[in-house]
Amino acid sequence: MASHATHVHTPPSGFIRKYIFSMDHKVIGIQYYFLALFSVFVGMTLSVLMRFHMVYPDAKVGFFETLWPTGAPGGVMTPELYLSLMTMHGTIMVFFVLTTAPQGGFGNYFLPIQIGAEDMAFPFLNMLSFWTTFVALMVLMAAFFVQGGAPLGGWTAYAPLSALGEIAGPGQGKGMNLWIISIALFCGASLMGAINFISTLIDLRVPGMTLMRMPLTCWAWFVTAILSLLGFAVLLAAGVLLLMDRMVGTSFFLPAGLVVNDQILNHKGGSPLLWQHLFWFFGHPEVYIAILPGMGLASNILSVFARKTIFGYRAMVYAILGIGFLGFVVWGHHMFISGMNPYTAIAFSVMTMAIGVPSAIKTFNWIGTLWGAQIRLTTAMLFALGFVSLFVSGGISGIFLGQPGLDLYLHDTYFVVGHFHMIMGVAAIFGMFAGTFFWFPKASGRMMNETLGKIHFYATFIGVYAIFTPMHVLGIIGNPRRYADYKEFEFMGPAMSVHTFMTYAAIFTAAVQIIFVINLIWSMMKGAKAPDNPWEATSLEWSIPSPPPFDNFGGKHLTVHHGPYEYGVPGKAKDYVMQIDPE
Amino acid sequence: MLLALLNWVITLATVGLFAGKYWWFPEGINEHAHRYDGHFMTTLYITGVIFFLAQMSLGWTIFRYRSNGGRAAYVEGNNTMEVVWTVGAAVLFIGAVLMSTEIWTGVHMAETPADALTIELNAKQFAFNFRYAGADGKFGKTDIKQISDANGNPFGVDEKDPAGKDDVTSSAIRVPAGKPILLKMKSRDVIHNFFVRELRVKQDVVPGMEIPLHFQADKPGSYEVPCSELCGLGHHQMRSSLIVMPPADFEKWLKDEDQKLKQQ
Repeated sequence: MASHATHVHTPPSGFIRKYIFSMDHKVIGIQYYFLALFSVFVGMTLSVLMRFHMVYPDAKVGFFETLWPTGAPGGVMTPELYLSLMTMHGTIMVFFVLTTAPQGGFGNYFLPIQIGAEDMAFPFLNMLSFWTTFVALMVLMAAFFVQGGAPLGGWTAYAPLSALGEIAGPGQGKGMNLWIISIALFCGASLMGAINFISTLIDLRVPGMTLMRMPLTCWAWFVTAILSLLGFAVLLAAGVLLLMDRMVGTSFFLPAGLVVNDQILNHKGGSPLLWQHLFWFFGHPEVYIAILPGMGLASNILSVFARKTIFGYRAMVYAILGIGFLGFVVWGHHMFISGMNPYTAIAFSVMTMAIGVPSAIKTFNWIGTLWGAQIRLTTAMLFALGFVSLFVSGGISGIFLGQPGLDLYLHDTYFVVGHFHMIMGVAAIFGMFAGTFFWFPKASGRMMNETLGKIHFYATFIGVYAIFTPMHVLGIIGNPRRYADYKEFEFMGPAMSVHTFMTYAAIFTAAVQIIFVINLIWSMMKGAKAPDNPWEATSLEWSIPSPPPFDNFGGKHLTVHHGPYEYGVPGKAKDYVMQIDPE
Repeated sequence: MLLALLNWVITLATVGLFAGKYWWFPEGINEHAHRYDGHFMTTLYITGVIFFLAQMSLGWTIFRYRSNGGRAAYVEGNNTMEVVWTVGAAVLFIGAVLMSTEIWTGVHMAETPADALTIELNAKQFAFNFRYAGADGKFGKTDIKQISDANGNPFGVDEKDPAGKDDVTSSAIRVPAGKPILLKMKSRDVIHNFFVRELRVKQDVVPGMEIPLHFQADKPGSYEVPCSELCGLGHHQMRSSLIVMPPADFEKWLKDEDQKLKQQ
């Protein structure tokens, strides 16, 4: 463990160096958080527009035409506009929300503090990583405004559709180029972030902070960083190859004999399946990048508000490591019906079922933690419990999809859409809400409003179940994904009532998010002053002032004496023992 | 407290939604579909029980263990329990997938029966086209330069090849009931997908590859084929039909189509 003296720096005085181009991990964490918050509102708005279009494809809405003169002539949304909203929704949510907030936001702010470090190992790299992410987001948003509009090939950008250019459809020209450039920048930013997280965690822990004394959040951020390092490197390479197919005439993903729109193309030798392999080699670990920090957060918050030590700490750590490792050998389950060798499907399916095991272990341990507890139902705790509930509901449908035999029908239906929205979408977002309510007092020095918080929680909890549970039965009907409307198909007739219900549930859920925004802004300005340790929690961030001083620990050199979850230890005066408590 | 109740209510509603089968699979039309449905139900029972128990006990802990100002039990863990639920989960999950292997191999690894009828599929943005070898039992050679949808030659059947003269093309796939089919699938532009709900089969159609798909449909009728891989702006309109005919009707249809070609 390195000494503290290696990178002491004083706070900058100018506004720009302090709040904009800041190298302070806390400021960068907040920047990431607000970038994700902006993105999640954009992504959510897109999803409401999509849901509206699916149910009312012929509705004339004047402001659609104002927003998209070519995409919605006369105020009626075109199918290609629908597909571009869908593509942008997925891309924004996966990259700029699920990847940035849990890791770049919370991880940046709290990983150094929880291990006793004054900052990240490479503060300049940290700043560079945030601003690269910012540029990536701007480039992606620009895709809405170029000729042809945003790409329509989905966030997975399957070739050849993604590799052909404008000939394959509107948005596949300039919009798609911007998409690839944005993702490549994002990969670069994530690689920088990952290196920083790994180095910080390995080198900057204070004396006594052994690996097995780290809060589970730190374990989760650490393994997430490793997944990012290995996954984004591959996606970056794939993105560059795709850009070359489009711009310089290579044929990595384009086979011979293509006749597109009556034009014979000159490509030869490439493989559309290569893109899928490269994409999902990143794409599957990506879902764990999104959910692992949420798991860490939920574990941490459950233990704090259960006033009980985590059940099976070591099992939890091994489960995180197991998920991290197995996460790299299951990508083929996205490709059962892709035309790859059917023998490989069986190998991938066994691995996929194996990765269900550590996920189940975590669930059982969470319930074990709650058993015999003294539960304090704060808003943060409600969201953590909601996370567990959604994680179970979303995870269980994976048992269907992981079997190639059953995927034969369910693949690319709404069953899949329901599955991943529940687990990597809303479960992860519940993790973020939990983190927000839990750490807001530390970061801002003020408490959030619990009443507003609880109303927001219950409304959102009901709302997300109402949106995503019915998706599973739509999948059982056979409802294909990524359809702008269902007018052509008789079998979808009885399903439209379900779609209408989901659309209203989505509008409701989106609307109640305003409560959260009001709570966040109001609490920042007018919230009650927060004590240093409002939740009576044990980890290092709770032994320093709220908000923390610039160098986190005011120059003090800490030593850690206890594990992270010593709640209810018999024989102690209080029901919790701080990690730095020498007793 | 409220959360405990809510979680229970949501759990029961979810169980009801699946148990009631208000929105469900269409009736299967072959042996494979029945095996599929059987294994789906097995998986539904396994996961249903896990789902129900996990959500109910989550609700129970919230209900039962609310803070009363006392101290929580101090339990660091229980290795026996860890081993039991690890092994239990592994056996259930991997057992389920091994049970389903047969469903998968039945579609993808079975030998083509000698009497199988071969049909070709050529998918494009945004249509399916099917080709039958005709009376001579041979498919004519193709040439992408001769592809012309306007002239009714979506496959680009070579004009000079006599074997191609009697090739029948159709935008719907007609098959005789009860006969094994070998569908050779190709795409000429982007990835499409051939999905028939009543067959419980879905397969991507990938440019640059010829992907074989075996199936047999036993029950005459017309079944919708929605493209199920995003292929561009017309994806939601890309459709075809699987028309399963009594064998005699199918033979007659094929002969009639042949006659039409000869008259041209």
